[in-house]
Amino acid sequence: MDAANFKEIASAIAIGLGAIGPGVGIGLLAGKALEAVGRNPEASGKIQSMMILAIAFAEAIAIYALVVALIIKFV
Amino acid sequence: MHISLVPETLGHIGSFIVTNTLLTSWVVMLVLIVLAFWAGRKPKLIPSKKQNIFEFIVETILNFFEEVWGDKEKARKYFAFLATFFLFILVSNWFGLIPGVGTIGFREDEELVPFMRSLNSDLNATVAWAIISVIATQIAGFVALGVKKHLGKFFNFKSPIDFFVGILELISEISKLISFSFRLFGNVFAGEVLLMVMMFLVPYILPLPFFMLEMFVGLIQALVFTTLTLVFLKMATEHH
Repeated sequence: MDAANFKEIASAIAIGLGAIGPGVGIGLLAGKALEAVGRNPEASGKIQSMMILAIAFAEAIAIYALVVALIIKFV
Repeated sequence: MHISLVPETLGHIGSFIVTNTLLTSWVVMLVLIVLAFWAGRKPKLIPSKKQNIFEFIVETILNFFEEVWGDKEKARKYFAFLATFFLFILVSNWFGLIPGVGTIGFREDEELVPFMRSLNSDLNATVAWAIISVIATQIAGFVALGVKKHLGKFFNFKSPIDFFVGILELISEISKLISFSFRLFGNVFAGEVLLMVMMFLVPYILPLPFFMLEMFVGLIQALVFTTLTLVFLKMATEHH
C-alpha cells in the first residue's frame, strides 16, 4: 500500500469503471436501432440520425469519466 | 512526451495572454473568412464548378437541418447561426490534425511549446461554445414565446408537481452548459492525447487508423453539437 502510487490507480479506475455504463448503453441503443430498421427499412434515415444523437449523449458520459481520469493524471 | 491540460502561453499583448489555441482560432477564422469571400464573389445563375461545390455544401447542411427540425422556414431562419457552429467546429477539429499543428514549436525549459494547438482542446473555447449556444437558445425562446411564457416553463406555480418539474428544467438548462463543453473538450483533448501516445510508441504507419478515427470523431462532434443546439432551439421556440 504505497500512497505515492494511488494517483495512477485512481486514474485507471476512473476511466475503467466510467466506460462500463456508456459501453452497455451504446450497445443497447445500436441494437434497438438496428432492430427498428429491420422492421421498417424505409425509416432508416430518421432512425439513423436519432441513433447518432442518442449515442453522442451516451458517449458524453464516458468522456466525463475520461476527463476526470486525465485531470487526476496531469494536474 | 508533452501533454498539457492547459493551453500554453505564447506571449502577451499588453496584459492579454495569447495562447497557442487562440492563435489557432485566428488562423481558422482567417481560413473560413477568406473561403467565404472567395466563394461568394460574382455568383452566376448557372454555377461554375467552384460555385457548385460551395452550393453543394450549403445545400447538404440546409437539407440536414430541415430534416431534423421538420419545419423548413425555421430551419432557414436559424441556418446561418447553426451552420457557423458546424463549420467552425468542424474546420478547427480537422485543422488540429494537420501535420505541424501541435508538433512544431519552441523549447521552453525542457518542454516543447507548440505554436498552434487544436482549438477545442482548450476548455475555454468549448465553454465559450456552450455559453453561446445556451444563451442563444434562451434568447430565441424569449423572442418566439414572449417573456412570460418562456419563464413560465421554469417557474410554474400551478401545482407542486409542476413547480418541481420547472426547477428540474432549470437545472437541466444549466447542465447543458456542462455537457456541451465537456463533450467537445473531452473528445478533442482525448483524441490529441491518443495521437500523441500513438506517435510516441510507433511513429510510422501505426498512427494512421487513429488519424482516421480522429477525423471521424471531429466530424461527429461538430454534427452532434449542431444537432443538439438545433433540437434545443426547436424545443425552446415551439408552442406546446
